[in-house]
Amino acid sequence: MNTEKIIEIKNLTKKFKDLTAVNELNLNVYRGDVFGFLGPNGAGKSTTIRMMLSLIAPTSGDIKLFGKSLTANRNEVLGKIGAIVEKPDFYGYLSAYDNLEIFGKISGCNPSRKLIMENLELVGLSKRYKSKVKTFSHGMKQRLGLAQALLHDPDLIVLDEPTTGLDPQGMKDIRDLIIHLSKDRQKTIFLSSHILYEVELVANRMIIINKGTTVVEGYVKDLLNSSELQVTLECDSVDSVAGMLTEQFDGVRIKSVTNEKILFSAGKEAIPQINKLLVEKGINVYSLVPVRSLEEYFLQLTEKEKK
Amino acid sequence: MINLIRIELFKIFKKVRSYIGFIAIAVLVPVIQIALYLEGENILNFLTQNLRQSFFFVGNFLNGYLIAFIVLGSLMIHIPFLITLVTGDLLAGEATSGTYRMLLTRPVSRTKILTAKFIAGQIYTHSLVLWLAAISMGLGVIIFGVGELIVITDNITIFAKDDILWRFALAYGFGALSMSVVASLSFLFSSLVENSIGPIISTMAIIIVFIIISSINVNFFESIKPYLFTNYMQHWRYFFDDPLDSAEIIKSGIILLGHVVVFFTATLIIFRKKDILS
Repeated sequence: MNTEKIIEIKNLTKKFKDLTAVNELNLNVYRGDVFGFLGPNGAGKSTTIRMMLSLIAPTSGDIKLFGKSLTANRNEVLGKIGAIVEKPDFYGYLSAYDNLEIFGKISGCNPSRKLIMENLELVGLSKRYKSKVKTFSHGMKQRLGLAQALLHDPDLIVLDEPTTGLDPQGMKDIRDLIIHLSKDRQKTIFLSSHILYEVELVANRMIIINKGTTVVEGYVKDLLNSSELQVTLECDSVDSVAGMLTEQFDGVRIKSVTNEKILFSAGKEAIPQINKLLVEKGINVYSLVPVRSLEEYFLQLTEKEKK
Repeated sequence: MINLIRIELFKIFKKVRSYIGFIAIAVLVPVIQIALYLEGENILNFLTQNLRQSFFFVGNFLNGYLIAFIVLGSLMIHIPFLITLVTGDLLAGEATSGTYRMLLTRPVSRTKILTAKFIAGQIYTHSLVLWLAAISMGLGVIIFGVGELIVITDNITIFAKDDILWRFALAYGFGALSMSVVASLSFLFSSLVENSIGPIISTMAIIIVFIIISSINVNFFESIKPYLFTNYMQHWRYFFDDPLDSAEIIKSGIILLGHVVVFFTATLIIFRKKDILS
């Protein structure tokens, strides 16, 4: 593992009058990471990203990017970052080409026509380079946002919910691009999302935050695979099956039994054994759905937020 | 910085709204000129009827210079609206379109971005005043020809042909400075809100209220007039006094320039601390 810290956030807090959007947040992102930044809507993800990019000032705490204080070295560190913050908005009255040229120049790279066209090609927009951005769909703007973020060849790419509003193919394209940028171009990627599955597919490390504070942080594989599973079993004779499970499997803990379903927690290794037992006993099984506890927890967070 | 100013000018002149001012002037001024072409002689005779009883008038008094003088006086009230359409949008427009998020995450300080926008706004303002001068003077001279300029205020002053152009040049320069104050004020309001309608309405409301207060001759208002910048905006007329009151012109110019500096400084302080939440 590379130990060079690209992002180092210590005790970061942001208060808006009585509302604490981010509360004593700590996180580290290392060079080469694809870092998933997860949380339900309103968890403080965008506020954190805005502080990282100097769009808003923290109430307290420190942000270091590339080992340097953001406050003292703002322009230097921002020059190494490409970002999309929330939805990518451009000057609608200008063409895709003009927008990239403007943002490239402001980023200090004075992009050549070849470079702009290469980036548009990378995101599949080279044929629309003359079109005004106001004629673009949301997905096209997202892709143009990525081209803009990559134009000055940054070391760190910050993507704030880049797949929001995209169709399944658009989501896959973005994921493929993230993987390409990480593996082939050795970029460090900070990916904010409220979809655990999306992060799981591309990230190696992640953090989940809620109400502005850290819930859990670590390697994606460790966090998702080590935890026990929440299992929903849909079958006949639920009461006798529930009793059988507790008697025969030590790690099984029944959480609820309804007319047709049993909800219980169990280790991953117990699932095939339970399946085998039910078949041997001739019990009709309609579904056996294991959900990882972290995923369940995250779902609870997002469901609570929806309500 | 020059690169940033170029970018801002490019953005300004790619927007349709930036041409409204130029088109409005190109339409309004000829309309006024045609009206004066048709009715001007009668108006001039009416204004000078008392004089004509004692003096014999020879020459072309309804000329391009007089028309330019009248147009300048009537449009200096309306030009601010055309200017705020663009300058009120310089910052608020970025907030409305969401481009603040891209612009302010680039490796350029907020001070530089703001200064570039401010300078671009001033260049736009001055080019609009220059356009007004070109249309009203150029077209006026083509339609009405040249001649002596008769200025009727408390006194009647007639300027010789060769004593006029420099006065107009300085009057338009002073007018441009006045419009810079308007641009700076709308720029300040533009930094406070996320919709460009607000700065346009606020700036125009202030100008209208100040002009109304300035025009009411009540003792109380007399005492606050010196603090209203609109009071000094009309001082371009001092260039058509004889003798010229240089001290008063310089004082007015410094006061207007002071307003520009104060409005810009206030905008800078606000903008540097602004949280971008849009």
